[in-house]
Amino acid sequence: MIKLNLKKDSLRKVNELLQNLDQKSNDRSFKIINPDGNHAICAGLKDEMDVTIEGHVGYYCAGMNMKADVTVNGNVGTGVAENMMSGSVHVKGNASQSAGATAHGGTLIVDGDTSSRCGISMKGIDIIVKGSVGHMSAFMAQSGNLVICGDAGDALGDSIYEAKIFIKGEPKSLGADCEKKNMNKKDQDLLKSLLKKASIDENQLTHFKMYGSARKLYNFNIDNVSEY
Amino acid sequence: MCGIVGLYLKNKKYNKDLGKFLTGMMNNMSTRGPDSAGFAIYSTERKKKYKYSICYNKNNIKEIKKNLSKEIKDAKIKIISDHFVLETLLKPVKVISIIKSYNNLNLVGYGSSIEIFKQVGNPRDVVNNFSLKNFSGTHAIGHTRMATESAITTDGSHPYSTGEDECLVHNGSLSNHNNLRRTLKKKGIEIKSQNDTEVAAGYISNGLSNKKSLKETLIDGLKDLDGFYTFISGTKNGLAIVRDEIACKPAVVAETKDYVAIASEFQAMAHLPNVNKAKIFEPEPGLVYSWGK
Repeated sequence: MIKLNLKKDSLRKVNELLQNLDQKSNDRSFKIINPDGNHAICAGLKDEMDVTIEGHVGYYCAGMNMKADVTVNGNVGTGVAENMMSGSVHVKGNASQSAGATAHGGTLIVDGDTSSRCGISMKGIDIIVKGSVGHMSAFMAQSGNLVICGDAGDALGDSIYEAKIFIKGEPKSLGADCEKKNMNKKDQDLLKSLLKKASIDENQLTHFKMYGSARKLYNFNIDNVSEY
Repeated sequence: MCGIVGLYLKNKKYNKDLGKFLTGMMNNMSTRGPDSAGFAIYSTERKKKYKYSICYNKNNIKEIKKNLSKEIKDAKIKIISDHFVLETLLKPVKVISIIKSYNNLNLVGYGSSIEIFKQVGNPRDVVNNFSLKNFSGTHAIGHTRMATESAITTDGSHPYSTGEDECLVHNGSLSNHNNLRRTLKKKGIEIKSQNDTEVAAGYISNGLSNKKSLKETLIDGLKDLDGFYTFISGTKNGLAIVRDEIACKPAVVAETKDYVAIASEFQAMAHLPNVNKAKIFEPEPGLVYSWGK
């Protein structure tokens, strides 16, 4: 394992090293210490590797991630794993706003809570939050899955497209065009696989409810004008 | 953008380090606001003695000092960069009218506990100019400004103080400040600049003068102030923070048994003692949090 110290090395140097790995090298395990809330740590990684960050991190941690597995032993700021394509990001603490925003793929696991707009405009990512999420989560979520083990703030799933929301607790309110759905066997299997990814007991499955799009806002309808 | 920070010390042993801690917090927030910076330091109240933080710009301080000493006999004047702090037992009404009679002086704030300093320039330079690291006290508020809706001047810099021992810093922008400014002026609140934050500071002064607590005033503000904001407000008793209901403007709080630190970003507080063991959370939208004695 290679140790990187952000007190000694510049953020740019550390990120460049991780972004330009020697393709022949098998040494692909890294530990970053002293992150001290710096922004954009591990942004733009594009190769398979394991990175553990010891401490609290700032904005856009592991943004645009491809293939890499990033673990944060701390809290993260705004936009963790934003626009992630593949790979995984595991936050052991809490995440700030817009966790997993616009992400196309991969898995984001947050052990704590996230604040507002978790999974905003998500496009295929699986997000599993073991705590609660803030207001406007899954706003305009297009594809992918958001699993919430706690509660959700106001306007959950506002203007949602084809993403699926599984929630164990209660949403404070639902956003426009978001409605409760019945879970079929396929949905249950999907949720089971998501819970497994985050090492959550499968028996919890029955406590979850599913929400998705009522598809009433897809085409302009004068009766819905107040909802647009 | 703008960066805001606040630090409330629960443990007296850190009082002497207040300026040093705040220096680090403001330096780390200079990327969020490179245009100007300012801070307010609260220290233990002195009985009946008031402190007036005054900006003299580039005027002849020797002459000002000489003239002021004639009018205010017990005046004790401490010069720091382009500001000076005047200490006197004379009643505020009298002192304020004397200060106002000088065209070249700007009263930045006054009270029995507060001292305020603000200046145009990079926050790193500003905190150096005022030797912030040497200040001690019980709590403090700081601001680094990225100017949006009013000019880059000392007048346009935060913190704003519109009442005794009060101050306010703001990250965001208000949309109904012109109307509110007119309403507050009619109520006798003095607002000097065109800045939106000063109006919010005036709103708080108005609430406090109506015997409301800082917390109650900020709760009222949630329905009266339109726009985006994270506010940190201080009185001689403590600090409060509130974010608007949309909560676009960031804030993070770290609380330990020794202190409460508030900042726009965690990196502002990464240097504080034992911060990695602190209880760290983001203030919920539309909720007022306060700490004080």
